[in-house]
Amino acid sequence: MSALTWWIIAEPNASGMTNATKELISEAVRQGGDVSVVTWGDTSAELVDGAGRYGARAVLQLDVSTGFVPGAPVAAAVAALCAARSPDVILLPSSYDGRDIAGHLSARLDRPVLTNVTALSVDDDVVTQHQIFGGTKIASARITSDGVALIVVRPKSFTAVEEPRDVTLERIDAAPSPVTPVVITESHLDERTGPALGDADVVVAGGRGLGGVEAFANVATLATLLGGAPAASRAIVDAGWVPYAYQVGQTGQTVKPTLYVACGISGATQHLVGMKGAQYIVAINKDAAAPIFSVADFGIVGDVNTVLPALNALVRSRTA
Amino acid sequence: MHIVVCVKQIPDPSAPAALNADLRLDRSGKVLLDEADTYGVELALQVGEAHGESRVTLISMGDATDLSGLRSALAMGADAAIIVSDPALSGADSLTTAKVLAAVTNDLQPDLVIAATESSDGYTGTMPAQLAELLSLPALTFAKAVRVTASNVSIDRQTDTGYDVVTSSLPALVTVTAGAVEPRYANFKGIMAAKSKRIDVLTLTDLGLSALAGSWAQRVVSLDDAPQRQSGATLVDDGTAAQALVDYFVSIKVL
Repeated sequence: MSALTWWIIAEPNASGMTNATKELISEAVRQGGDVSVVTWGDTSAELVDGAGRYGARAVLQLDVSTGFVPGAPVAAAVAALCAARSPDVILLPSSYDGRDIAGHLSARLDRPVLTNVTALSVDDDVVTQHQIFGGTKIASARITSDGVALIVVRPKSFTAVEEPRDVTLERIDAAPSPVTPVVITESHLDERTGPALGDADVVVAGGRGLGGVEAFANVATLATLLGGAPAASRAIVDAGWVPYAYQVGQTGQTVKPTLYVACGISGATQHLVGMKGAQYIVAINKDAAAPIFSVADFGIVGDVNTVLPALNALVRSRTA
Repeated sequence: MHIVVCVKQIPDPSAPAALNADLRLDRSGKVLLDEADTYGVELALQVGEAHGESRVTLISMGDATDLSGLRSALAMGADAAIIVSDPALSGADSLTTAKVLAAVTNDLQPDLVIAATESSDGYTGTMPAQLAELLSLPALTFAKAVRVTASNVSIDRQTDTGYDVVTSSLPALVTVTAGAVEPRYANFKGIMAAKSKRIDVLTLTDLGLSALAGSWAQRVVSLDDAPQRQSGATLVDDGTAAQALVDYFVSIKVL
């Protein structure tokens, strides 16, 4: 059997390529695939170099403007390219744009899409693994008809490994989308002093047990003191205390920091799936029966609004 | 303005979830309106109230034995609901769901379609984009704020680093993140009114979609236990917890 053709959909990124792109290229290379990176906009030399460094053979650059929300126009261009070149597997990152493109592409190609994938293997078909019920069970799924397999992978599922190879850049005229484009008119950057949530070595997360939005300041302070990023459970995002970008869990980000500190988080299954890959987990919660303690390496049964200010004062005095 | 909101009745998230022998989610218990959908219903009501003569129609797919989830959304103020319920759709994937909801939406010709970013039971998170593509509607996704005029829609779209303002003409589809609006609680009058609001239950045959039965090409083939973490020491705070945490942070070298 000849090597399967794998395409990695890569978002344009200021620093060349996202970590998710590196992880996906590495996994496709590990599976013995013939790997191409498909991207759009003005492809940087850094992206082409990076694609080669992780083992891709080609970068296919679609001339789709980055001035539009990419879902429909990128999917239309990729679908047309699929008709011409028949890839076997397309991997997409489980990001905002990756999920959009996957949905549009699935409908255009009339192919199913498997999402929230955390591991995969190849026999006659691609078999994907999905963590369900808070990561306590693993469901395996299979696409049961011939055609390209569309797979959306959760970040941090695979390890990026350099595997340098010569890489070519091919520019491709994009087939237009019939759908009215969605125009990006402004971009706003959140003010952030520490690392991005997905890259942080320490994540300090708050939940409903904080009691109110004002107590989240203690969470943010500890994150800053430890050089980490603040995060949140779905409950307090739903309550409007902090933005969606802070959310860790099934609906939200997956993090794998060295240390995860869960403050006033009960540990609903939908939260656990986003953080149980952390190396060390600390939980502070006044309910000794909270499920979060079942995954914690060190648990404090106590009032988070007493423990956190005292902890912050001690940490501050050490680092001052 | 006619606004369609995609909603889903899901098993009670506070009850233990389980798969049946056929590896499909056990949906035999009580169902609720997915909390993620309450934001879309609220947004639709607010947009409708701001644009005078408006109508909010809920569309759904799933078992129709228990309609209490749809009644909850009607009690908030939506005008009517349509649910496609057909045993032949049991285990359908997100693309099949999108095809069914596209057929329902086409008949309604709305100005605006609203959905959650993902459901809280399956979490697939692709159905809205699939629906938009099938309907050739612009998709404005991951909205944390939404502004609608008579002919345009503009949203603040969540990004990894902040948000983008993105805009398109109507008709269009918007997906709304949790917290974008504050869902209202149904009052007594709303709950009473919902009892007599119209819920149409349709089959695939009613929609001319009989060929969709069992047509999806993906299935769950096995279910295994995941490796579990071992829990460690627990300390009941007696005033020493902060120091114990500092010592722990030092021991794992984050301090």
